Amino acid sequence: MAIPDSAIPRPGRPKLDTVPRGDPRDRGGKAQPLLIVENLTKHFPIRTGLLNRGRGAVQAVEDVSFVIMKGETLGVVGESGCGKSTLARLLMRLIPQTSGHLIFDGDPVEAMRGVSLKEFRRNVQMVFQDSASSLNPRLPVVDSIAFGPRAHGVKKATARAGAEELLGKVGLMPDLFGGRYPHELSGGQKQRVNIARALALHPRLLILDEAVSALDKSVAAQVLNLLRYLKRHLNLTYMFISHDLGVVQYISDRILVMYLGQIVEIGPADEICGQPKHPYTRALLASQLSTDPESRIETAPISGDPPSPVSPPPGCRFHTRCEFAEAVCAAKAPAFANWSEPGSHVARCHMEDPTSGHSRARVSGQSPAYHTRAIPAE
Amino acid sequence: MSLNASTSLLPVQASTSGRPLVEVEDLTVKFVSRDATVHAVNGLSFSLAPGQVLCLIGESGSGKTVTMRALMRLLPDKKTVYGGHIRVGSREILTLDKRELMETRGAEISMVFQEPMTALDPVYTVGDQIAETVTRHEGCSRGQAMARALELLKLVRVPLPEQRLKAYPHELSGGLRQRVTIAMALSCRPSLLLADEPTTALDATVQIQVLILLRKLQQEIGMSVILVTHDLGVAAQIADKVAVMYAGRIVEYGTAAEVLQHPSHPYTLGLLASTVHGRHRDRDIEAIVGSPPDMRALPPGCSFAPRCQFARPACSAASPDPVMTSTGAFTRCFRAEEVAAARPRVS
Repeated sequence: MAIPDSAIPRPGRPKLDTVPRGDPRDRGGKAQPLLIVENLTKHFPIRTGLLNRGRGAVQAVEDVSFVIMKGETLGVVGESGCGKSTLARLLMRLIPQTSGHLIFDGDPVEAMRGVSLKEFRRNVQMVFQDSASSLNPRLPVVDSIAFGPRAHGVKKATARAGAEELLGKVGLMPDLFGGRYPHELSGGQKQRVNIARALALHPRLLILDEAVSALDKSVAAQVLNLLRYLKRHLNLTYMFISHDLGVVQYISDRILVMYLGQIVEIGPADEICGQPKHPYTRALLASQLSTDPESRIETAPISGDPPSPVSPPPGCRFHTRCEFAEAVCAAKAPAFANWSEPGSHVARCHMEDPTSGHSRARVSGQSPAYHTRAIPAE
Repeated sequence: MSLNASTSLLPVQASTSGRPLVEVEDLTVKFVSRDATVHAVNGLSFSLAPGQVLCLIGESGSGKTVTMRALMRLLPDKKTVYGGHIRVGSREILTLDKRELMETRGAEISMVFQEPMTALDPVYTVGDQIAETVTRHEGCSRGQAMARALELLKLVRVPLPEQRLKAYPHELSGGLRQRVTIAMALSCRPSLLLADEPTTALDATVQIQVLILLRKLQQEIGMSVILVTHDLGVAAQIADKVAVMYAGRIVEYGTAAEVLQHPSHPYTLGLLASTVHGRHRDRDIEAIVGSPPDMRALPPGCSFAPRCQFARPACSAASPDPVMTSTGAFTRCFRAEEVAAARPRVS
């Protein structure tokens, strides 16, 4: 069942954290998160040998909990292998989780009395990184866009008309581009089609998994502008996943930093980028390249590559690369509280916990000592 | 580690006179097939002094990778039509025969590719692959070559080099793999290193490590480097000279500071404006409109004119020649002065 197009509010600029006025799909009000993710875990078993016996598991996503508020853009940033894409696939239910659950606008997903998977997937749509392989090469793009509504029982003519309107919304002239096949489009145009297809079911949450990473900078800028425009006009909520902190910083209201399958820091974008609490976030920020040849980075903020998620380090998963690591960091994992407060800024680090026993742990009410320390020379 | 201990790694300087190491003159590369002719490079000229780092910046399809491969003649011979001249050291690259090419590749000019996993052979150990290059070009024994491989792994700061020598590529992380391909490229002390997007496939925290390594190695060894990137930040980190490419031509050329801080071509200006770094959240990015041209049918005149906010009818009539700007850079634009005046304060 698709929502009639008239139900989508017309241009207007919803302010952050306010529920779009008159959106009939909203049930819980603005204080109720659109999506609550609780203790989500995904282990991929590794099976080898003659008997196909289990031999450990890739701990791709480990006990991840956060909320996505209505109307916000939540940025997810981290290096390759940190579980960003697995997280996106878990949220879409493209792969089953090992444990944990989702609550969409107050209703548990796929539970008794909850929202059905079909209903949930209509509300949550995804745009993938590789714009070419995520389109059917044998379908004209207008049919690709109309495919979702058709599967949800919309009449062919209606679905097609809706698809053409969407093509116009993403900046492609329907008459010129609708009949084309994916190979006749450039990368940026294909990604616009992917965005149109994701919007075809009038979702409330759009998961953008590295949506602009494969595009050239000038084209990526166009697509980012388009995403901002669509969000304003269609009352969307975004989860924007990228390895590029610069892009995430630009588009997000709040940022979630992942490392080896865990959330290491979450908070408002300006605070994450202005006063990062976790040493890993600080290293990510320091690794950003300026376009000024005068301000070159002389020593790398952190050395080495992330460890394998098959056997993550005990205790704090970052301690093997952390310049402030102490015995306590290898011994026990830092606590992570307050994740469900949308405005809070929390980090999974012993230095943030006054009772942890770390020598640099902050005293209650004070900011930790490491903020003032310069990065030591190599 | 310091290189003074192993002076054997210093490159054989092809020219000790003031002559540039690389001279490319009016290079054109066309790919001819039955259906269409793709004009990938259209009249490219530049020169590079020994010990300098040149960055070619451009978006996909601008001809930067084709230029790099032309410098080593790695493009398919049957379908590629070259024009112009390429001189590296004392060799005229476009006229070399097959044997001379094999002598040149790896020994005088070598290349680091974007994807370290596909650049390495998965069925040989890392040590074997580095040693192979050394024995091929220097005719030394396997033992000597392996010792050299170990020395090279130390040079590129691979931790635990003795163990990594016996490792297969899949056992290494992305950053280590790229260090290995750099070691391989440096194994015969090339005077010119070509690096095609060497850090694009790496994570941000690893990318900066590899960039710093490349910069240090270049300074220690004193070789020339041509690095291709689409990332202005990478160019700012490592380049002495920057050449911005568009549609197979260099549209702006100068020192890194001139080009990146004081751009005078509208395309460079647009590239700088479309970086999101430090941009305010509530404002749109000033993106360049439109998309890159079709290389099978380039528009007459300036290739950038259809996307250019400064374009005038004259721009579509004739292709602008390079002009020198007030900052000493070269730009291919009829309206360079107006562009330079319009550029925003660069942070």
